[in-house]
Amino acid sequence: MIVIVDYNAGNLRSVKRACDAVGVESTISPDPETVVRAERIVFPGVGAAPSAMETLRRTGLDRALREAFDKGTPILGICLGTQIVLDASEEGDQTCLGLIEGKTVRFDLQDPLLKIPHIGWNAVEIVRPHPLLEGTESGDDFYFVHSYYPSPESSSDVYAVTEYETPFCSALGRRNLFATQFHPEKSGRFGLRILERFARWDGSAGD
Amino acid sequence: MGFGSVLKKRLIACLDVRDGKLAKSVKFVDTRDIGDPVEKARQYYEDGLDELVLYDITASSDNRSILLDVVERVAREIFIPFSVGGGIRSVDDATRLRMAGAEKVNVNTAAVKDPNLIAECARAIGNQSTILSMDVRRVEATESIPSGYEIVINGGRTPTGIDALEWAKRGEELGAGELVVNSIDADGTKEGYELRLTRMLADAVSIPVIASGGAGKPEHLYDVLTEGRADAALVASMVHFGEYTCRGLKEYLHNRGIEMRMRY
Repeated sequence: MIVIVDYNAGNLRSVKRACDAVGVESTISPDPETVVRAERIVFPGVGAAPSAMETLRRTGLDRALREAFDKGTPILGICLGTQIVLDASEEGDQTCLGLIEGKTVRFDLQDPLLKIPHIGWNAVEIVRPHPLLEGTESGDDFYFVHSYYPSPESSSDVYAVTEYETPFCSALGRRNLFATQFHPEKSGRFGLRILERFARWDGSAGD
Repeated sequence: MGFGSVLKKRLIACLDVRDGKLAKSVKFVDTRDIGDPVEKARQYYEDGLDELVLYDITASSDNRSILLDVVERVAREIFIPFSVGGGIRSVDDATRLRMAGAEKVNVNTAAVKDPNLIAECARAIGNQSTILSMDVRRVEATESIPSGYEIVINGGRTPTGIDALEWAKRGEELGAGELVVNSIDADGTKEGYELRLTRMLADAVSIPVIASGGAGKPEHLYDVLTEGRADAALVASMVHFGEYTCRGLKEYLHNRGIEMRMRY
């Protein structure tokens, strides 16, 4: 059973529906105890880092996520969830969960014709193999909606990159945590495939 | 890294829904049913559509629960973003549609009457989920409408005296995450999008612009995505009656050098 972490950040039901579509059992829960005990965790989110972190701290979900990460529970981060597993975010100059060293930074674009947020379909280039990216090819398009992007300190935590004027990390991970800046639940068959793989993943990065 | 991936242009299909059934409006007045929206949504999804819009043209507001039901059923069938528009009057409406499974919500007439609705929606469901949809008609440029394009409401029937260029900028300031620009003059003509209008607004705002109204041939999509500087092209009747397919339109654009999502 997958526990989808409910911290009042975006449409969690779309993640649940995507899990349903690939026949994976899931439940949405705001309860830290449930998160700690979960077999697997999806940590989604849309919105701003400061209010998200405020909710996580107030509810104790921040500690629950850390505990789950430490004990090896497979975790899939999505979008804002991905950004706040790092140490800090430029968005509101916010201290985040710090599960992986690095920072979330804002797009700083030179080309006036490029829009922020980066909304729409863009391709990934896989820079390091990962069990959750088996079957995914470089050049596959996924759906993005974001103005900030994760920038892990160590390149060994980066699994895929995407370019929007500048290359940015679109999938990162370490041990039992894998996280995408794009939305697998909104990326058609290619995205559903990642959720399917996550449901069977043993939590090892495979390297 | 030299990978060179780029953000794709989007093909968006709009399904007009009335009392839970599919309708295609012609010039905003005469409408006729052409099937089941959920089935059509699924078909387009399989055929590579990038994004879907469900536009509710139900006359009375009593039937909102029928729309919510359609939204929920569509959300179980397709796993690409989709938005809902038509008759959204409050943050509650927007939140309910989001809960039912819409990724984004289009505000139109109610936002013109109370611009604060844009800001309230942006706060409640996020900028990225708040789309300002505007119906625009060409008028003589005057002091109060210097751009020569005026916002109309109530499905294109009521002029407002508001300049479209000003309204687009205001919408962005208030927190809209995307802009749908629908030309009333071009809508239903199949003679092409209003390129001048689309480009003027796309150049004026820094949020993505979705061009709507007038698509009849594949080259119209090409024109609005290049000359019109739109980020996405919205089609309706072109694909609804089987004249063109989503796949076919995307292949055409791709072959003419536009970056599209071609594998899915």
